[in-house]
Amino acid sequence: MTLAVGCRARPGKSRDNKTGSWRVFKPSFDHEKCSKCGMCQTLCPEGCVHEDAEGFFDPDFTYCKGCGICATECPKEAIAMNQEEK
Amino acid sequence: MMEITEGSHAVAEAVRLCRPQVVSAYPITPQTHIVEALADFVANGKLDAEYITVENELSALSACVGASAAGSRTYSATTSQGLLLMTEVVFNAAGMRLPIVMSIANRAVGAPLSIWNDMQDSISLRDAGWLQFYAEDNQEATDLHFLAYKVAESKEIQLPVFVCFDGFILSHTYEPIDMLLQEQVDQYLPKFDPAEKLDAKDPISFGMYATPEYYLEFRYEMDQAQKRAKDVIAKAGKEFGTMFGRDYSALTVGYLLDDAETVIVAMGSVCGTVKDAIDEMRAAGKKVGLLKIRVFRPFPSEEIAKALSKVKRVAVLDKNISLGAKGGATAIEVRDAMYGSMIPVKGYVLGLGGRDIRKKDIKEIVSLCENGIGDQFYGLRKELI
Repeated sequence: MTLAVGCRARPGKSRDNKTGSWRVFKPSFDHEKCSKCGMCQTLCPEGCVHEDAEGFFDPDFTYCKGCGICATECPKEAIAMNQEEK
Repeated sequence: MMEITEGSHAVAEAVRLCRPQVVSAYPITPQTHIVEALADFVANGKLDAEYITVENELSALSACVGASAAGSRTYSATTSQGLLLMTEVVFNAAGMRLPIVMSIANRAVGAPLSIWNDMQDSISLRDAGWLQFYAEDNQEATDLHFLAYKVAESKEIQLPVFVCFDGFILSHTYEPIDMLLQEQVDQYLPKFDPAEKLDAKDPISFGMYATPEYYLEFRYEMDQAQKRAKDVIAKAGKEFGTMFGRDYSALTVGYLLDDAETVIVAMGSVCGTVKDAIDEMRAAGKKVGLLKIRVFRPFPSEEIAKALSKVKRVAVLDKNISLGAKGGATAIEVRDAMYGSMIPVKGYVLGLGGRDIRKKDIKEIVSLCENGIGDQFYGLRKELI
C-alpha cells in the first residue's frame, strides 16, 4: 500500500492496521490441559480466538495484541504468555 | 490601484479578493481590524462567504479544518495567545494537509502579558508543518496572501500557510498599497480544487490514526512537501512578478550584499530600519549589507549559505528567544546553514515585547559583531537586572 496524503482514508481502511503488531507477550495454548470451556473466546477483547473442528481454541495472531486476559482467566491454566522475539 | 490603507485593512481586502468561502476567527489585538473588516464585507455582501463566529481560537481553526476538509477555501487570522490556544489544531491542519491560510499579526506571548510586537508566537510553531512567510511592509503583507493560497493549494504541496507581519508596526500603520483588482486576482488564483474532500456520497476520513508502522512515513511526506515548496514558491512568486510587477520568487532578499563584509540577517519590518542604517553606514565607509528572510518555512538553508559565502561575518537579529538554547531560532538555523564555512555567525535577541529597534541599535550591533561579541540579548536595561 502507498500512503494517502494527509492520512485520508476511505471506509474499511482500519483493516490495514493489524493489532497483532502491538504484541509483546504471545499466548501459547496447551490443548492437553484445555477443557474446551471457551472462556478464552468469550473474554478476548479483540474477538480473535476461534474454535477449531475438534472444539479446541486458538488465537489469530494477526490481531492478538497479547493482552493476556485469556491466560489470566483460563480455569485450567492452559495458556502461557511468553515474550516474543521479533 | 494605489491607495493609502491601514495594514490590517489591506490584508482584509487581499483576503476578500482571494474569495475565501469560509472565514472563522476570534478577535485578538492586534489582529482585530482584519477580522472586523472581513465580517463587514460578509455582512455588506462584498464577500460571499460563511463567517463563522466562535467562542475562541481553538474553535476558529477547528471550524476552518472542517470547512477546508469539506472543500472550501478557508481563512483565519490570529496572534499570540490566540495562536497558542490553537496549537493542537495547527498541527492537525498541517497533518491533514489542508491548505488553510492564516494571517499572524505577530505579537509577544505571556506571561508577562504583552500586546506588543515580537515574533515569538509564530516562530514557536515552526515545527508544526505550516509554511511561514514574513512581510517587511504592508505591500508584501498584502501580496503574500495571494502567493500563500497559490502555494498552499498546489497539489504537490497541500500544506497550510502562516502569513506573518509585525503587529502594530505593520498592522496598524497606513502605507500606500498597490491593491490588485478582482479580475487580476481571479486570473492569478483559480478556484480551489481540492485533491479530496468530505462527501457523504463518497465517504472519506481525514487524519486517521497511524500505527508505528506508518507514522514515520507520514511525517517524512510532510517534510518532503515542505522541501518541494521552495520550487513552488519560486514559480508562483515569479508568475506574480510577471503579471503584476512584484517578484516574490526569492525566499531570501539581499540588500547591498555584493561587496558586504558584515551582513545582517533579519525578518519582518525591522528590515526597513536595517536598510536605513546600512545606507548611513555605507556613507561612512562601512561595507554592510542585509539578507532578509521572507520564507522561514521551508527554511532556505542553501540560499542563505550561498548568499553569505563571501562575507566576513554575520549578525542575525531575532525577535524571539528559544529559552535555554543558544539564542533565537533564526540565529540557530542560520548558523546551521553556514556550518563548515568558518564565517562567524553571531545572534542578537532584541525587540522582545515591543521594545523599539532603532538605527543606532543596528549600528551598535554591527560594531559588536565586528568585535566578535554576540550570541546575547541586545539592549538589556542593566539597571533592572
